[in-house]
Amino acid sequence: MAEYTLTTPLTDADVAPLRAGDVVFITGTIYTARDAAHKRLMALIDEGQPLPFELQGSIVYYVGPSPAPPGRPIGAAGPTTSYRMDTYAPRLHALGQKASIGKGKRSDAVKAALKEHTAVYFGATGGAGALLSKCITAARIIAFDDLGPEAIRELTVENFPVLVINDSVGGELYAVPDRKAAGLE
Amino acid sequence: MRTIKAADIVPKVAEMIRHASIHLPDDVKRAFKDCMAAEDSPAAKEIFRQLLENSDMAEATGLPLCQDCGLAVFFVDVGEDVVVQGSLKDAVTRGMVLGYQEGFLRKSSCDPMTRANTGDNTPAIIHFDFVPGDRIRIAFMAKGGGSENMSRVTMLSPAQGWEGIKRFVVERVAEAGPNPCPPTMIGVGIGGTFERAPILAKRSLMRHLDEKHPDPKIAALEDELLTAINKLGIGPMGLGGKTTCLGVKIEMAPCHLASLPLAVNVQCHSIRHEEVVI
Repeated sequence: MAEYTLTTPLTDADVAPLRAGDVVFITGTIYTARDAAHKRLMALIDEGQPLPFELQGSIVYYVGPSPAPPGRPIGAAGPTTSYRMDTYAPRLHALGQKASIGKGKRSDAVKAALKEHTAVYFGATGGAGALLSKCITAARIIAFDDLGPEAIRELTVENFPVLVINDSVGGELYAVPDRKAAGLE
Repeated sequence: MRTIKAADIVPKVAEMIRHASIHLPDDVKRAFKDCMAAEDSPAAKEIFRQLLENSDMAEATGLPLCQDCGLAVFFVDVGEDVVVQGSLKDAVTRGMVLGYQEGFLRKSSCDPMTRANTGDNTPAIIHFDFVPGDRIRIAFMAKGGGSENMSRVTMLSPAQGWEGIKRFVVERVAEAGPNPCPPTMIGVGIGGTFERAPILAKRSLMRHLDEKHPDPKIAALEDELLTAINKLGIGPMGLGGKTTCLGVKIEMAPCHLASLPLAVNVQCHSIRHEEVVI
């Protein structure tokens, strides 16, 4: 398992060598979006409207942070469960998004989109929201302010730690449950 | 009869919520350390290391342990010899709103259809019960959405019995895989009616990890489920390992002779709950 340090925006050359299990430290700009924000992004694309951030080479972090207390750029900011974004992710990858950060399993359609468009799915540690906020040095809302925790934020990150869960050649890191050992088969 | 002013309850609830959202209970921290030592896989060990560091970071900074500060679930046991001056329900709700606001906790409650955020995490989910005595016990749980989404309720047929129960619970954990932030705690409600079973399952999650069921037969069933679940090998955050689940808690209630209601309530590793007795 290799270790990489990547700077945004990501290119095909950044993403292609990554394999499930690799550790990646991300530095640069990433964008937050979860359920409601994704739905609105789809509506903008349908209407041919400009998007609040450049999708090409982007990393989208599935997170709804807690409010920033005084003196901090952001509150706790760990990943939310990714499968709820599976409906939208293939379309965003087709338009240039290079990676998402979340936790939990992805659909076959998302995995196929990662292969087709040379993209990856990163996992961050769920529930480590306080710890991960340490790697976020700045945050500002750039769209959908009314969505509160679900607004789109531009985050500046330094050495944000993620694991490659699904790579661009069909590899996956998650353990397959041993149904036989557990007495289910 | 003892009289308690509703206004006195508000700050106690607020303080409990702020504290519970930042401080992981000692039994959970102990379990993380024990499980970290028992794991062979470097990835599994690393997850536990991060979770312990996260807990230290939350205590040092006052940031919540997890950005999903949950819907606020309460079990309120009201002594039958207590008179509350004012509205107990309003007092719990106002304490909740204050706690989430002052603690910079995320408000996650929204309209199910429009998805518009209610803005203050209301309504609190409150389960009231009446008990003997002159005290009020208010137990709070911050219930996150990721693990709650992996929970299920089903109506088994009585013939399916324990084997059917065990299969459903273990299968649910297998299907959930990495999604609910394992290692999880699993609450199982057996019996009652369609609505009682999940309340039993949720209430069982208020027990501490090392708190065995007082009935040794049920305690043995909890151990049996825990062993079967951990054989799945899903591991911390789904990366493989020995620890898929930290503890299984079962609560049972009599049910209709035609029914066998069963509920599985999944709790993530960030097991945030506390109680205050007034």
